[in-house]
Amino acid sequence: MKRYLPFIIVGAVALATLGSGAMLYRAKRPHLLTIRPDKAVSGKGTAESIHIRGNPDAPVTLEEFGDFQCPPCSNAAVFIDQLVKEYHPNLKLVFRNLPLPVHKYAREAALAAEAAGLQGRYWEMHDVLYREQAVWSKADNARELFDSYAGMLGLNLNQFKKDIASEKARQRIESDQERADSLGVRSTPTVFINNQEVAPNEKTPNGLRAKIDAALKQKSSKA
Amino acid sequence: MTVSRVRVALYTIAAIVSLAGLADATYLTVQALTGETLTCGGSPDCFRVLGSAYARVAGIPLAAFGSLAYFGVFSLATFAAFAYKRAGALLALLVAAMFLVTLWLLYVQAFVLHAYCRYCLFSAAITFLLAGLVIAIPPSRPDCI
Repeated sequence: MKRYLPFIIVGAVALATLGSGAMLYRAKRPHLLTIRPDKAVSGKGTAESIHIRGNPDAPVTLEEFGDFQCPPCSNAAVFIDQLVKEYHPNLKLVFRNLPLPVHKYAREAALAAEAAGLQGRYWEMHDVLYREQAVWSKADNARELFDSYAGMLGLNLNQFKKDIASEKARQRIESDQERADSLGVRSTPTVFINNQEVAPNEKTPNGLRAKIDAALKQKSSKA
Repeated sequence: MTVSRVRVALYTIAAIVSLAGLADATYLTVQALTGETLTCGGSPDCFRVLGSAYARVAGIPLAAFGSLAYFGVFSLATFAAFAYKRAGALLALLVAAMFLVTLWLLYVQAFVLHAYCRYCLFSAAITFLLAGLVIAIPPSRPDCI
């Protein structure tokens, strides 16, 4: 019996590991969200209050909840921008602010983007913030860097500083956060394509392409 | 205590310690497979490390290799405790390889990513402990009466 005992012990541990791993996987497997039709982005009518990149009438909407200090959001921003160009005029990006409390400067960065947006340069600031994320994330005073980005983009700096502290910028962020709460969005980047959440492992250029193609096919078959 | 009893005790401790590493690596593997490491929501440093390119080898989560390695340590330590020939030597080789990989991963966290993930640090501590145990195991020889 003693001869077989190590085999029995090792086999039992292997089974216990596989079993607990499978149980953990089932528990942690993402439950993908769906946006109800009454909460869906309706296109042109709401363009003034939300940030849209691409054709506002595009048949496919990619709605992203992002945090400017989140590294995966920064990676996603690069290829989502490429996808908007690649699928033009069939794809629009709707960007929502979801600054996470774990990121020290995320909220301030979102305010900076909104302040730039009040001068009509939201997407330029969005791109700069993601591109320079590694720099300002580690800075002692990120606000100074945001001011310098505003100067670089040719914004009226005094107005930018006023807007960053304004109620309007704050309300825009809170409105996005309320939408995230109402949909059950907790992490970033969370991406919806035509109101269906994209699984975390599919948030790659090819994964998103497949989803966009499927959404386009669905739209054309309905038309 | 005889040399063989010390060896059995140390191999048994190594097997038990490796179970902690196995649990840690299995948890990280599941996190990677569910895509949790590709989003922000928990500890920013953990996500910076686990979501980086260094956390995967040919698309496979590095933690999965870690799980296999810890399972290997557990198996070899168990067989060695039951005095199976060559299990001790293979265990020493495996732990040495894990030690070197751990040093590399600590370097990546410290100097490349500038971020530390507590689960990775826990795994590093387990590997160092295993290395210490393997070094402490006395060579096999007939017990003196």
